Amino acid sequence: MNLTLQVWRQKNAEYPGAFVTYPARNVSPDMSFLEMLDVVNEDLIREGEGPIAFDYDCREGICGTCGVVINGRPHGPSPATTTCQLHMRLFNDGDTITIEPWRARAFPVIKDLVVDRQAFDRIIQSGGYISISAGSAPEANAIPIPKETAELAMDAASCIGCGACVAACPNASAMLFTAAKISHLGLLPQGQSERYGRALKMVATMDQELFGACTNTGECEAACPKEISIEWIARMNKDYLKASITSRSET
Amino acid sequence: MIKLDTKIPSGPLEKKWDRRQFRLRLVNPANKRRYNVVVVGSGLAGASAAASLAELGYNVKCFCYQDSPRRAHSIAAQGGINAAKNYQNDGDSVFRLFYDTIKGGDYRSREANVYRLAQISRSIIDQCVAQGVPFAREYGGGLSNRSFGGAQVSRTFYARGQTGQQLLLGAYQALSRQIGAGRVQMNSRTEMLDLVVVDGHARGIVTRDMVTGKIESHAADAVVLCTGGYGNVFYLSTNAKGCNATAIWRAYKRGAALANPCLTQIHPTCIPVSGKHQSKLTLMSESLRNDGRIWVPLKKGDTRSPANIPGAERDYYLERRYPSFGNLVPRDVASRAAKAVCDDGRGVGSTGLGVYLDFADAIGRLGEETIRERYGNLFHMYARITDEDPYKSPMRIYPAVHYVMGGLWVDYNLMSTIPGLFVAGEANFSDHGANRLGASALMQGLADGYFIIPYTIGDYLARSGSDRIETDHDEFKRVGQEVNERTRKFLAIRGTRTVDSFHRELGDLMWNCCGMSRNAKGLQHALEKIPSLRQEYWENVRVLGTHEELNHSLERAGRVADFLELAELMCRDALERNESAGCHFREEHQTPDGEALRNDEAFSHVAAWEYKGDSVIPVLHKESLAFDFVTPTQRSYR
Repeated sequence: MNLTLQVWRQKNAEYPGAFVTYPARNVSPDMSFLEMLDVVNEDLIREGEGPIAFDYDCREGICGTCGVVINGRPHGPSPATTTCQLHMRLFNDGDTITIEPWRARAFPVIKDLVVDRQAFDRIIQSGGYISISAGSAPEANAIPIPKETAELAMDAASCIGCGACVAACPNASAMLFTAAKISHLGLLPQGQSERYGRALKMVATMDQELFGACTNTGECEAACPKEISIEWIARMNKDYLKASITSRSET
Repeated sequence: MIKLDTKIPSGPLEKKWDRRQFRLRLVNPANKRRYNVVVVGSGLAGASAAASLAELGYNVKCFCYQDSPRRAHSIAAQGGINAAKNYQNDGDSVFRLFYDTIKGGDYRSREANVYRLAQISRSIIDQCVAQGVPFAREYGGGLSNRSFGGAQVSRTFYARGQTGQQLLLGAYQALSRQIGAGRVQMNSRTEMLDLVVVDGHARGIVTRDMVTGKIESHAADAVVLCTGGYGNVFYLSTNAKGCNATAIWRAYKRGAALANPCLTQIHPTCIPVSGKHQSKLTLMSESLRNDGRIWVPLKKGDTRSPANIPGAERDYYLERRYPSFGNLVPRDVASRAAKAVCDDGRGVGSTGLGVYLDFADAIGRLGEETIRERYGNLFHMYARITDEDPYKSPMRIYPAVHYVMGGLWVDYNLMSTIPGLFVAGEANFSDHGANRLGASALMQGLADGYFIIPYTIGDYLARSGSDRIETDHDEFKRVGQEVNERTRKFLAIRGTRTVDSFHRELGDLMWNCCGMSRNAKGLQHALEKIPSLRQEYWENVRVLGTHEELNHSLERAGRVADFLELAELMCRDALERNESAGCHFREEHQTPDGEALRNDEAFSHVAAWEYKGDSVIPVLHKESLAFDFVTPTQRSYR
């Protein structure tokens, strides 16, 4: 099939960007969205035009590197799917597809469709861990964890940190990302010692990084390729509230 | 001239690591912060090493080419991690894990290293659980295990089909804690482009900032490479697109021996290629082989849909050939068997390069719900990629390049032949011999990073002292200059072919001549072909844009240039290893049943190659392998 792409091109954060139209010819329905872009880029290089910059790595939906806004939806029209796992069979011959980068104040554009998501790393660095140095761990089966708890923690831990939640949110909020980590660790017995301090510190960093607040639109959950539930945000708010009331020293 | 000193401790197998730990010199806690350590790569080995070294008090700089350390390709490992916990009471032990790994590696790995790996495996699980890794659990709250390719005990710990992700996030979080505390300086989107060696010691690296193009030098007292494998030399592999050999290849060219480069693992259960546009291959965890049955039609060219082929006209070839292991034979055996039936004209799918992995019996026996619980995410992934429903019709699978056992040669302390250059994880050659067992890569990466490097690096630093070297040293300037010139050269060629077109051509050549099976004629053909392809590359590649910006073509150009050199060494090594062993199947050497036929007399050694110049044939050094605790036998999974 043949498609028309409207792609956001931007030299870097200092320059304004604009949409540029490119044809995508002979697209096979078995291609992934990124493979379609590969083919377009190979053509562009042959024609002497700079290829479209987009992020990707594993191309199997787990590393969280890829992600563009396709026709207004982060990762495109298919639910629970990363851009690299989106296949062209979902589009029709003659379609026009608009492709944009994640748009959020906390994610400045590096080039074209590539954005800087290091703000996510800094949220984790401020408390998204259990402080246990190598060598000091007790025997693994010493603390039983109910199967249901482990499964719930795994649900929250499935986040791949792609940033689609932020891109989808009208407030560019990072609540879903932050809540998923706070919940993953807060559900487990190993994460209890730092549970409330963690919530305070990670939320503070989230605010410092210029992510917006949550107004319960639910766009984040809808866009999430790993179906992370918005319920984690409620859980985070509960932990945060309790921490704010009870904590003495930690902020 | 390189000398291979393995530094394996003497004494009984089970005491070697204890003894070594005691003999290793220590760095005074107050002095640790005076030492700078560079860690390249942030996968399981890199993140765990960087975090652990910082916990000890060293000054650490960590580098990764991805936009965040959380994205390293360890994240894609699905199946699990082995550990000799014997929670299932099914007869597992450190010795059994050791034995299985040595045997699975077809007796081409070091006993002492592998035994240590099995010993450490237990601490890894403790560490990961304490970090909050949500491993699968039983209703009683204890950890759950499953059996995994090539093992007859259940020793594999897992977190759904995302074990690598969860272990990596554990290591990433440990690393993040140290970054937050200011003890690790993290450099993302930064690629190592060369190693700096001063007076024979590794003293730092030269990097390129992938956003600004800035070439920078980083001085250190020790360098740890954790940069993964080079499977992308085949273009199509299950590796992430960015995985590359540049760090280890640069180290090789600076004097580090490269061991067993030809040993490449081809994973049996991947989704078959669908067309020319294919950019990578997707693995389906081999845990699927626990419940799925592999078959092809008995008759050649049988194009009926699988549902219309009655049981009697199906060939469950693994169960037929290997009645005791059946569908759970090790990876190399399963891959070759698939190739054999496809070569025989009995492959399925539009290309004829595929076999069925059928869950109908398991669904009948256990119910669809149980299968969904066990493999739901994998089935979902398969359906999305192929547009077929594996609950209703069998999956089609075919082998794909997945892992390399070869890598930089290291001694027992994981130090390369360049003092001060340590290598961990898939980037080294150490533990898997000629074939890696399933669920052992995660184990090795974390063993190296959490529990080996932190000890052995201290010994090196304590012995070598700290004579400061700064980045204004002449050698840094010289190497920085070389990197700059090389990078600009790609932009100056202005040829007509894209980087990818060369990479695909190289990949095809390697898959055909140095893939699942090899022979002298094919390897010689590749050895003739690669230099001319390389020459054309340097004359005719087209890299657009500039050096001072994010430029993916430029990044790839450097990596492919190195693949074009490494490929030649792989073929040379494959030709030199004139036997079959594990994944290295030389067609000239097989048993009457078509199994790999080793030649222990002539090839019970590690082949370590020393670089001697671009137009000079590298020198082969042999580290002979002694088997004092197990007796090499012909592997049998019948």
